[in-house]
Amino acid sequence: MSVDPSQIAATGIAAFAQANTLDQVHEIELQFLGAQSALSGLKASFRDLDPEQRKVLGAQMNSARQQLEQAAQNRTEALQSQARAAQLDNERLDLTESLGRGKLGHSHVITQTWERLEDVFCSMGFTVADGPEVETDWFNFEALNLPPAHPARSLWDTLYLDSSQLEGLGQEQLLLRTHTSPVQIRSMLRAVREGSGPPIYVVCPGRVYRRDTADATHLPVFHQIEGLVIDRGITMGDLAGTIESFVKSYFGDEMTSRLRPSYFPFTEPSAEFDISAPDGSWLEVGGCGMVHPNVLRAGGLDPEEWSGFAFGFGIDRLAKIRYAVDDLREFVTNDVRFLSQF
Amino acid sequence: MKVLLSWLREFAPLVGEPEELANQLTDLGMELESIQLIGGSLQGICVAQVLEIRPHPDADKICLVDVDLGDGEALQICCGATNMAVGDLVPLATIGTMMPSGMLIAQRKMRGQQSNGMLCSAREMEIGEDHEGILILDPNLSLGQPIVDALELREDVVFEFDALPNRPDTLSVMGVARDLAARQGVAFSIPAHQPATMGESAASLGSIQILAPDLCGSFLTRVISGVRLQQSPRWMAQRLIAAGMRPINNVVDVSNYVMLELGHPNHTYDLAKVPAGELRVRWANEGEQIVTLDGMTRSLTSQDGVIVDATDAAIGIAGVMGGASTEISETTTDVLLELAWWNPEVVAATSTRLNLHSEASLRFKRGVDTELATQAANRFAELLTQISGAELHPDEIKAEGNLPQPHKVSVRLNKVNGLLGTALTAEQVADLINPIGYLTQGPDSLSAECELLVQIPSWRPDSLIEVDVIEEVARQYGMERIPKTLPVSPHTGQLTERQTDRRCLRRALIGAGLIEAMPVPFLAPGDLERAGLPADGLLLANPLVAEESVLRTSLLPGLLKAVAYNASHRQNNVEFYELGRVFNLGERVIADPAESAEADRVLAGETEHLAVVLAGSEASIAVELLQVVLSSVHRLEFGSETQALQLETAQLPGLHPGRSASVLLGTTKVGEVGEVHPEVLRAYGIEQPAAWLQINLDLLFEFPSLVAQARLVSRFPTSDMDLAFVVAEEVTASSVLSTIRKSTPSEGESAWVATQVELFDVFRSDQLGVGLKSLAFRLRFQAQDRTLTEEEVTEVRIQVISEVEQKHGGYLRS
Repeated sequence: MSVDPSQIAATGIAAFAQANTLDQVHEIELQFLGAQSALSGLKASFRDLDPEQRKVLGAQMNSARQQLEQAAQNRTEALQSQARAAQLDNERLDLTESLGRGKLGHSHVITQTWERLEDVFCSMGFTVADGPEVETDWFNFEALNLPPAHPARSLWDTLYLDSSQLEGLGQEQLLLRTHTSPVQIRSMLRAVREGSGPPIYVVCPGRVYRRDTADATHLPVFHQIEGLVIDRGITMGDLAGTIESFVKSYFGDEMTSRLRPSYFPFTEPSAEFDISAPDGSWLEVGGCGMVHPNVLRAGGLDPEEWSGFAFGFGIDRLAKIRYAVDDLREFVTNDVRFLSQF
Repeated sequence: MKVLLSWLREFAPLVGEPEELANQLTDLGMELESIQLIGGSLQGICVAQVLEIRPHPDADKICLVDVDLGDGEALQICCGATNMAVGDLVPLATIGTMMPSGMLIAQRKMRGQQSNGMLCSAREMEIGEDHEGILILDPNLSLGQPIVDALELREDVVFEFDALPNRPDTLSVMGVARDLAARQGVAFSIPAHQPATMGESAASLGSIQILAPDLCGSFLTRVISGVRLQQSPRWMAQRLIAAGMRPINNVVDVSNYVMLELGHPNHTYDLAKVPAGELRVRWANEGEQIVTLDGMTRSLTSQDGVIVDATDAAIGIAGVMGGASTEISETTTDVLLELAWWNPEVVAATSTRLNLHSEASLRFKRGVDTELATQAANRFAELLTQISGAELHPDEIKAEGNLPQPHKVSVRLNKVNGLLGTALTAEQVADLINPIGYLTQGPDSLSAECELLVQIPSWRPDSLIEVDVIEEVARQYGMERIPKTLPVSPHTGQLTERQTDRRCLRRALIGAGLIEAMPVPFLAPGDLERAGLPADGLLLANPLVAEESVLRTSLLPGLLKAVAYNASHRQNNVEFYELGRVFNLGERVIADPAESAEADRVLAGETEHLAVVLAGSEASIAVELLQVVLSSVHRLEFGSETQALQLETAQLPGLHPGRSASVLLGTTKVGEVGEVHPEVLRAYGIEQPAAWLQINLDLLFEFPSLVAQARLVSRFPTSDMDLAFVVAEEVTASSVLSTIRKSTPSEGESAWVATQVELFDVFRSDQLGVGLKSLAFRLRFQAQDRTLTEEEVTEVRIQVISEVEQKHGGYLRS
């Protein structure tokens, strides 16, 4: 048998090129490079050859083996590369199939307004105080210069707790707070007790209640934020300046504010504060004034030593303005289509 | 309160455009509601007579009216009102008239019938409120006359403003004029009223006795005789209409006119019906009855005041309403006029209790000028004698009770400037408040503090102390003129930990895709029971409606209603959270102010809750969310023994008995998690399952805030092992997990620890057996200082297996 190694190599390389799978490559490897291969068979003819011929044939065999091994490797890599490409192609996804499935939830628009207000006042050096929603007549009225039978009590339509469930308490002693103003008194008493003030710079956001029928502009349950500043030498100019600073920070630098006289039993002088609307008209936002001496006394402070101002307004009303909500009742209907807008 | 510019000008020569005056009113604390120009834009509206009324052939709600403008020609008008009769005189807006509303009257056809103008109501002409029908005019007017002339309508401006409750003086034309005059710096004067008197002294015609001095501060009467009841002159009727009152007859109209002008209500009796002209004032007897002017029988209490006659029969309720028995009528000739000062608190209580609110009671309960009675009586007498030819008898009959006495207030200049932030001199302060009747003395140059002694005017019951006068200074100075200054807080403005944690909770919930709901905290009776909860909600004493009469004890009913509402609008799978207070009686009520201020609660059971409802989800989703939510709060370190999160299977009210658990942090029960009971869902009309989670935030926030301390992350390889145990269904995964944790090395004991122990698979099958489940755990071990040896790990493995087998009766699944 006379076989030329280079011919074997050429046949093998052609075979490798035809291989379409890694298995085929493996088969061809066995066929041309395995123990039973023609190339291996050539080794048997060595013993019939003289050393010079052996050397020549050996070199030819090595060369053929190297070429075949190279071809096997090349083909293997090519096929692997093809397989990877095919796999990637197989893994193709339509990314738009999942559009719209991701979702972030929503804080209630009242909460968003509430937190924004807290942030504005914190940046102005105020801390934030909480108070109970069930209050005593003393905190809600009496301490705020509204003694029993004060005619101005009728300004607040009050919801009282049924006293038959409350041992030892008379009628109309416990109520749902009609405003956040009781927290003024609580803040003063706490500051005095803990020795943390005055100076007091505090805002009190919270839920308040009125005996009122819900309509587009009223809710029986709504939210207010109350501000209280007590220090030595606090003036009505400080009140006007604080309101102005808040208005610019919350509504924008182009906005301005004004105070106009009003009446609240717990402040003297009392005022309403308005903000300028873009059309030049004024929009009423809330009430304010210098803390009445009787209120300071109820909070444990001497009105000859301390003075201060308080202001308050509706969080819901602010949200209504900012987010162009027509009807306040939307805030308590809990329709996800409404709530998801904010 | 409505005031007319022409009327104001009878007290002061006010200047300026209506808008300027309106701004000044607002600036003075009389917040403007509207300005209305009247009498000027009614050109084209003339007096016409109704000739014939017949139905419209093709419309039920329209009739056809023929009217005559005086030229004998019958003009056909289509009209929606039917209150007129043939022969009546009515206002006709002729073709081309521009109505005050801006509507142009044109010739038009209504359902095929020609209309040659429009018949007008008082409101359409903006000369009154009445819109019930066409305005029927005085039959003596001449046809074709312009309505402006016929009704003597004068161009005028009506200002309507909100009177502040502490300012009874602004419930009068005089009071408003006084404030405006001071603001404008023009003279304010009260026209003198000295009506002529004739006949015998009133003292011989009647008497007055006050038996309840705390009820009645003063009581003054006058007698006017020869009164003939008739219509008031048009000028008076027009003013009353413009001020929002309906003209009735000359006596009633004068009564209202004087009240509007001066702010002092009055009352008139038919003297003939008052025996001997004797009046007495006393407290009513319990259950005493009186028929009031409106024909109603009223039952009184001993807290109400009455005016009684010589027979002790009640003929009027003090400050609220007169009695029917002495009412002025067609037969009246002699009028007994009353001007009284009633205790404001009594009138307020009586009018509230009887639900009788009138212009008079409004003024009485806010406090009438204590020194105005004589002037108001003179004004009344002057007007009535002028327009009816009646005669005023000389002398007042007068009695006094406890009338608030004039008082002075000392005002320190440094307090004025210190409170307002102004730099006013004593002179400037005096100049600001003298024109509104606050007369000042001083300052006494000898005193160390610059002090003004201020006489409080009798019409300002709101001015009691120094700051009240300072308010007047601010008002007259102009609050807008006070320079704006910004005080500097010495504090760092920041949220408390609790407030920050609340925000963290919200952020986590939003991140999980939930929407915040805000149901009202009121429930209807039965709402709690329907939610499977005890019916122990606190009740409101005076709810507006029964549906809002119970305070919630749980957030569950409100959130279920929200889910049901959305489901009924085809919004399923809604996922809500809520942060809100619930109200239980708790241990007790802390009503004492000092104690309650310290407790920060009045009801011990007022608690803040967080709740989550996930419609369409099973309990496991809520459990996963629970971990996310709790991880968001900085103060919780779940790794620590005392705060480890545990679930304790429990049957909880309102929740699925087999799918609910209490949430424990360490040993503290802070909430519940699971699924809402299917029966509850059915009761609320919800047709899909709903996962539920609720945490008591007051308890959660009790946990101390901890700052996480960094632990070194080991560089050495980990050893992992998976262990699957077959246990009975009743054995909870958390109890097995806890056993595994306890039987593995923990920090402190050893240099190496289980860094991770977690449940990664639960498996049930027939081969496994009924009532059994396989719980597969993955454990990972690591040492800080070396690679763990096979022996070390194997030892722990044996330990874990033996503990689980012993404690839970399980076996290792091979």
